[in-house]
Amino acid sequence: MASIRQNVELSRLPDFRNLGVMLRILLAVNLFALLAALARSPDLARMAEEFVGQAAVLEPALIFSLLLAYLAGPRLARLPYFHGAALMSLIAVAGVLVIYSFFAPLLGADTTLPALARQALWTLLAVAALLYYFHLRSRAISPALAEARLMALTARIRPHFLFNSLNAVLGVIRSDPQRAERALEELSDLFRVLMADNRELVRLSDEIALCRQYLDLERLRLGDRLEVKWQVEACPPDALVPPLMLQPLLENAVYHGIEPGEGPGRLAITIARNRDEVLIRLENPYHGGGNHHPGNRMALDNIRERLMLFYDLEARLGTGVVQGTYRVDIRIPYRRK
Amino acid sequence: MMTAAPMKIFLVDDEKPARERLKAVLADIAGQLPNQVVGEAANGMEALEGIPAAGPDVVLVDIRMPRMDGVELVRHLGRMERPPAVVFVTAYDQYAVQAFELNAVDYLLKPVRAERLAGALGKARRSGPLAAAVLDRLPQEGRRHLSCTERGRILLIPVEHILYLKAELKYVTARTAEREYLLEESLTQLESEFPRRFVRVHRNCLIAREAIAGFERDSSSEGETHWLALVKGAAEKLPISRRQWPAVKAAFAGERGD
Repeated sequence: MASIRQNVELSRLPDFRNLGVMLRILLAVNLFALLAALARSPDLARMAEEFVGQAAVLEPALIFSLLLAYLAGPRLARLPYFHGAALMSLIAVAGVLVIYSFFAPLLGADTTLPALARQALWTLLAVAALLYYFHLRSRAISPALAEARLMALTARIRPHFLFNSLNAVLGVIRSDPQRAERALEELSDLFRVLMADNRELVRLSDEIALCRQYLDLERLRLGDRLEVKWQVEACPPDALVPPLMLQPLLENAVYHGIEPGEGPGRLAITIARNRDEVLIRLENPYHGGGNHHPGNRMALDNIRERLMLFYDLEARLGTGVVQGTYRVDIRIPYRRK
Repeated sequence: MMTAAPMKIFLVDDEKPARERLKAVLADIAGQLPNQVVGEAANGMEALEGIPAAGPDVVLVDIRMPRMDGVELVRHLGRMERPPAVVFVTAYDQYAVQAFELNAVDYLLKPVRAERLAGALGKARRSGPLAAAVLDRLPQEGRRHLSCTERGRILLIPVEHILYLKAELKYVTARTAEREYLLEESLTQLESEFPRRFVRVHRNCLIAREAIAGFERDSSSEGETHWLALVKGAAEKLPISRRQWPAVKAAFAGERGD
C-alpha cells in the first residue's frame, strides 16, 4: 500500500526502490570501505591505494546487490520484518559472493573458502548496520512525530479564504439562493477533505475534482476576474498523490496572482505523465514584490515538506517567474494502487 | 436628533457579492439608522473618481484591492476639502487588525453583522476623518500614486512617472514628462517612503534613479568642480551638491547595471 507509513512505520524494511534509500546505502557502504581502508593502512597514500583496490570489487558487488534488492524490494516488504531482514542479508551475501568470485581471479585475489567467508561476514555486518540505521532513522522521524507534523501541515487553510467565501455566500443568498446553496455544498466538501485524516495518498483525479470545486467557489467572489485553464488530458487519473497537494497551491495562485489584478487573470494547470513521473505545472500572473504577506513562502515550504515526508528525495518542487508569469513545477513519482 | 437626512454611504470593495452583502445589511438597518448608498466602486482608483461627486458622509472601504488598496485610497481622500469619515472592512488580515487596534481605528470584520455596522457608522460620523499620521502606521502595499488637489478635484500622479521632486518654499513640486504638480508633502518624508525609487541630489531635490540621463560639469561655477544631473525627458539640469555626488554617481552606475 502506498502511504506515508512506508516512510515512518517501525520495523519495516526501507523501500529499496526509493532513490533516497539507495543513495544512503551507496554513501554508507563507501564510507565503511573508506574506514576499513584507513584501519588497514599505515599512511594516507597507502590508504588511497587500498581503497581503490577494494573499490574494483566493492562497487560492482554493491550495485549488483542493490539491483537484487530493487527487484526483491516489494516482496520483502510484505514479509514480517525479521524474515525480510534475514532474506535481505542472504540476498546481499549471495550477490557479493557471485561478484567476488567473478572478479577476484581477474585481480589476483584469493578465492579460497576462508576468503569467501570473510567477504560474507563483511557483507552481513554491513547489511546489519544499514538496517539498524534505517530502523533508527524511521524512529527518528517517528510515526507520531511525522504524523503530527503532517496533520499540522495539511490542516491549514487561509482564514482569508474562509471568511471571504462565507461573506460572498451571504452576499448572494437573497438574490440567488441556488448559487448560495451550491457554494455552501462546495465549501462543506472542501472542509470534509480538510478535516479528514490525510495520511494516505489519494487519487489524482479526486484531487483535481476538489480543486475544481474550490475554483468554482472562488469564481463566486471574483467573477470574470478569474479564468481557469485545465490541461489534464495527458494526466494519469489513477496516479496517487498526497492529499491536498494542489489545492493550497491554487489558493496561493488566486491570492497572489488573481486578487491583486483588476482585469481577467488566467490560472493554468497542466498535468502530464512522463514515463514513471507525474509532472504538474501551475501558472498565474505575477504582480511583482512589495507584498508584506509572508504567506506565499509558507504555503510552498509546507507543500515541499509534505512531498519530502511522502517521497523523500524523489519529488521536486521548483518555482520561477517567466515573462510576467509565476510558475510552480512539481514532479513526483508515478505511483498506483 | 438634528439630522433627519439619511446618512450618505459609499461602498468600495473589489468583490461584487461583498458589496451586495453590505447593501442588504444597510437596507436592514435603515429603520434604526436612515441611510442611502450614494455610490460604489471596485477599487481605489474608481472610488477616487466617484467619491467627490457623490459626497458621502461615510465610506466603507475594503483593504485588499487591485490597483489601489484601501489605505492608499483613504490617504488620497484626505486631500479633499471635507473628507468623508471612513470605516475599514476586512475579511481577515491579522496585520491590519493589529494595526487598527493599536491605532484605535474602527474596522469591521467580514462577514459584517448588522449591529456592528450600525455601531461603526454612528461612531464614524461622530469622529470624522482619520488623521494622516494614523494612516501612515497602517499596513499598506505602499503608495503607487501621489495626489494633489486642483480646483476641488483630486489629481493622481503615478510615482513611476515622476522624474524629480523639488522643494520650493512651502511646497514640493513633482515633475513628470508632461507637467509639474504642487504637493503638500515633505521631501524628507518622500525620500524615506521611496528609497529605491529616488536619490537625493541636493538639499532640496530628489531625482528618480531611472531618470538620470548623465552628468555635466557646471561651467558657471568657479574653482571647485560642480556637477549637474541631466534628466531624461526634461530640459532642466539639476545641481548636485558635493556631499551627495558620490551617492548619485553610485545610483547612476547601479541603474545601468555596472
